[in-house]
Formats: sequence, C-alpha cells, structure tokens
Amino acid sequence: MPTVPHVAQLDDDLAALHQQTLDFVAKEVVPHGDQWELDGHVPRDVLRTMGGLGMFGIRVPESLGGLGLGPLASATFSEALGSSTYAGFDVTVLVHTDMALPHLLNSGSEEQLARYLPEVLSGERILSIGVTEPDAGSDVAGIRTRAEKDGDGWRINGSKLFITNAVHGDMTIVAARTKPDDRYGISMFLVEKGTEGFTVAKALDKTGWRSSDTAELHFDDVWVSDDQLLGTVHRGFYETMRNFQNERLVLVGMGLGAAQRAIDITVDYTKERAAFGGHLFDLGAIRQRLGMLQAQVDAARASMYHCAWLAEQGIEPVRETSGLKAWACEMINNVMYDCVQFHGGMGYMRETTVERMSRDARILPIGGGATEVMLEEVAKRLGASS
Amino acid sequence: MKVVVCVKQIPDPADPGALDPESKTLKRDTKLILDESDSYGVEMALQLVDTAGEGSVHLVSMAPNNEVGGLRTALAMGAESATLVSDDALKGTDALGTAKVLAAAIARSEPDLVLAATESSDGYTGTVPEMVAELMGLPSVTFAKSIAIEGGTAKVQRQTEAGYDDVECPLPALVSVTAGVVEPRYPSFKGIMAAKSKPVDEVTCGDLGIDAGSVGWAGGGQEIVSIADAPAREAGEVIEDEGDAHERIVSFLEELKVL
Repeated sequence: MPTVPHVAQLDDDLAALHQQTLDFVAKEVVPHGDQWELDGHVPRDVLRTMGGLGMFGIRVPESLGGLGLGPLASATFSEALGSSTYAGFDVTVLVHTDMALPHLLNSGSEEQLARYLPEVLSGERILSIGVTEPDAGSDVAGIRTRAEKDGDGWRINGSKLFITNAVHGDMTIVAARTKPDDRYGISMFLVEKGTEGFTVAKALDKTGWRSSDTAELHFDDVWVSDDQLLGTVHRGFYETMRNFQNERLVLVGMGLGAAQRAIDITVDYTKERAAFGGHLFDLGAIRQRLGMLQAQVDAARASMYHCAWLAEQGIEPVRETSGLKAWACEMINNVMYDCVQFHGGMGYMRETTVERMSRDARILPIGGGATEVMLEEVAKRLGASS
Repeated sequence: MKVVVCVKQIPDPADPGALDPESKTLKRDTKLILDESDSYGVEMALQLVDTAGEGSVHLVSMAPNNEVGGLRTALAMGAESATLVSDDALKGTDALGTAKVLAAAIARSEPDLVLAATESSDGYTGTVPEMVAELMGLPSVTFAKSIAIEGGTAKVQRQTEAGYDDVECPLPALVSVTAGVVEPRYPSFKGIMAAKSKPVDEVTCGDLGIDAGSVGWAGGGQEIVSIADAPAREAGEVIEDEGDAHERIVSFLEELKVL
C-alpha cells in the first residue's frame, strides 16, 4: 500500500490530504482504471465525487470556496494521485486543478469567477487549457490561432492540438494571437463547449495516458463576447508563462508517485519470482539497481518539495523547477524501463501494470515543456545566484 | 439528538506490528489510526443526526500518549467533538477496565444513543460494548445492520445468521454496529482542515473519578502469561498441471472440507 512520504515540508494537514488522496485512489480509481483505459476517459461521476470532497479547490482561496493552500499542496496532491498507476486519470484531474484552473484564478474577473468557479469546484464544469498547436508546443509565442476584435467581442480562428480534457470537458482556456505584429501579443479566452464554430476535430489516439481524453480542436469563426476575455488583452503570454512552474511541478509530482509505485510493484515481483535457486531480488545486479532507482526517486522528491516550498515563499523557482522537470522526467522513464526489464517477459505484456506505466511515463519529458526547453531555461540562468 | 460513538485508535494494520516482550501486548508507540470497524458507527451516527435534522455526534476514545490521529479522522468525517481518556495508569487495561473508563467518559455527555463497533480490529474481544451498557444501565442491542430513531425508541434491525431480527428498545441505549452495513464517507478536504480545530477534551482517570488501581495492570482480571510470534506462513504447494491438476485441486479442497 502506498504511504505518505517522509518530507520535511509536509505538515500534519498536508500529510492528511496526501493520505486521503491515497485512500480515494485505492478505493475509487484503481479498481476501475482498466475500464477507463478502454473507455478513453474518466467518468464524470468520479470527477463530481472528487469535487464534492473538495479536491478541486486546493489552490482556490478560502474566500472563493477553496482551501487556500499553495504549491506544496499541489505537489503532495499530484504525488498521491500518481500512486494510482493510471496516469491518464492523474492528468485528467491535474489539468483541471493545476494547469487550467490557475489561469482562471489568476486572471479571472470577479464576474467570471462568480459565473464559473462553483461549477469548476464541484466537477460540473471540467476545464482544459488550449495553448499547444500543430506548429507551436513549448514555443508558446509561436502560436497562430488568432482572435480579432468584432463588435462587442472577438472572433477566433485556428486550431489547437493535444488538448487534454477537451473531448469530454466543458470549457477551454484558449490562447490566441490578438496583436499580429507582436510575437508576444497573445490573449486568453474562455470558450465554452457548444459555442458555434468550436469543434472537436478529432479525439486523439495516444501511446499512453489512455484514460485521459485528448483532442484536436478547431475554431472556425468562433465569436466570444468581451466578457470571455480572460485577463488583460495582449498580456496572455506573460499570464500563461506565470502558471508554467506549477504545471511542471505537478507533472513531476504525478510522475514520482508513479515511479514509487513501479519500484514497489517491482520489488514485490522480484521477491516472488523464483530464479537461479532463489528469487530475482536475491541477485545483486537487480537489488542494487532497484536501490539506485529508489535513491533517485527520493532525491527528486526532495527537490520537488523544495521547489514547491520556494514558490510558497514567493520566490519563482524557474531554474530549479525547470531543471527538476528535465531531470526527473527522464529519470522516471529510466525507472519504468528498469521495472519493465525486471519483470522479464511479463513486463512486455499488456496485462502488467508496469507495462502500462512505462507507456504513460513516455510523455513526461515531452509535455509541459520538453526536456530540451527546460534545460535551456536552466542554461539561461547558469551563473546566477538563484 | 446527541449520539456518542466509541472509537478505538489502533496501530496501522498496514505496518508490520510488533509485540512488546515487557508488556506482552502490541507495541503502540507508533502513530495510531482510526479502527476501520469504528468508521461504520461514526457514519451511522452522522446519518442518524442528518435524518433527525438536529443534534451532534461526539466521540469517546481511550488511547496512550494523548494520541489523537484516529480521532481527527472521525472528526474530519463530521463528528463535532471528542473526549480522549489518556493516562499512564491505563496501560494493560483489560476489556472490563476499558468498559469502566468508556462508561465514565460517555456518561459525562448524557447521550441519547451510544454506538460502538461489534469488536475492535486489534483486540477482538467483542465484549466491551455490552459491558459499557451494563455499567451504564442501558439497554444493549448488538450487531445492528440499520437503526431508526422514532420518538424515544430505537428501532434496530439486528443481523443474524439467518437474516435479521427487528428489535426495539427505549432510549438512551447502546447499539453495536456491524462492520460493512454502511459506506463510511470520505472526509472532505475541508473536513480534514477543520478537524484540527474541533474540540478534543483530554481527561485522565482522576478526571473521571476512576481509581487508578481499578484499571491497568493492577486492576486487570486477567494476566498475559506469555506471548509468541505467529508461526511463519509455510510455503504453498505448487501444482504443475500434467492433465490432472483439476483433480488434485478438488482433492485438496476436499481435505480442507470446503467441498
């Protein structure tokens, strides 16, 4: 059974939230995850239940009906979700709570918060974040989707790709270019499902994260009113970048929760699997390698909570979080590789948990800022004191 | 309506337990958690108060070292307050001594209804609720699968091997709740955060007017003479299927008298 990790930054409250999430995942997610993988999405009832338990309001101020907690809570929540072994479920939740919702919270007007937040917190309205395009992923400033002023609103044209939660979700926060002559002249818009001209062109078929729905979206003369503009016009690039550290943090968190489970599962398997007159775990090559994997996960965990703690102190840990995202996500894939390896032929079978986890993990060094982009963020800051 | 629920805080069954050779009991110096078998009583109490539209749920527990971890879980589910009896004199207390302490603590709340699990998951004596009822002079109904309160009467469906009996008794009463008859709610995140500020009244034997000599090792009516680790699980038999595996499995089950 997964347990709450020993981490200096986790106080009793955060440890209790972590434990509660582990319990929920064990009872309400793990028994159903295989079916959700086949279905290609997480049932809305599950998300409503999570909303009812307050899981979607961790970062929402108490005055707006949430818990008012900070990045440490996001880190511990994401790590606990990662114990599910179904990363598609994890990311469905985290896109809603920690990747899309922060845009609404940070930039939303009082009227927008009043209109949307209650349903977002209850799980009635699931969010997605539409930034990535066919020709612009980590290079956010390169997006081509455009929005032009049209009467009392804006007309949006373009397309988005790889948008998590957009097939079955209810509202997409869309980045669109509003200043054609300015590379950074981008604005954010709240586009509700059902808006005329806003369509899911395709539900995408992925290697992993199969219980998460992922869409290609088309915007064909989509008109939204001025009150659907999120934040300040033309400032969307900067407002988007503000939220990226948190997105990277929770991707690492869910990956580490998964890596820990993969190690635990593999230790159990190798202790049971008879070989060479003993068990696989008795072989030094295997037990020592598992020991090294555990050491690396422990180190990454310490670094993740440190980054979260820095963010809670008001320090924007771009170098630290980018470096962690680059290193930890590659390391997590190494963990999965070895766990598959130590399962032998079984590790290559669709019925084994580590096989699925190894497919799920492959996206981590790509999504939410590719490793190469993350290392550039670190390199740009080499030599600085922080 | 005021409902008191007896809850036990036990060592986490997920952690390998250890016996203390000195006290000859389970080591309890680790973090304690809410006994799962008590979560059904807490849930039942919360549902009864919800149905009544008024009232409160109060918890009573006895634990060493002022441990409140398990109580906080039940408070996070929705209970309003708790009384924790914690006293060095209670070490080694047997089932009857435990019942004396709980009865004294419960009496302070003057409840309409007392709920308890049928047995704890670590001690398994299955006798404490009935002894508490006897000491308090309350009607005792055991193995409840459902409870309804009508006026001053508790209507209980009492689980039996054949089905259930319909039983009625006047309030106040003590009812033990069968595990699994309700689905304990998940504490909400807000409930967890709020639990830390809910009142937990920590009292000692002296506060309850209990003579320390009547509980603990000194007051015990039983003595644990010796303890031993449970025998290690023996290796199972691996049956290679050479066309007759099904016959050997049937034969094995017949030996166990399960067929």
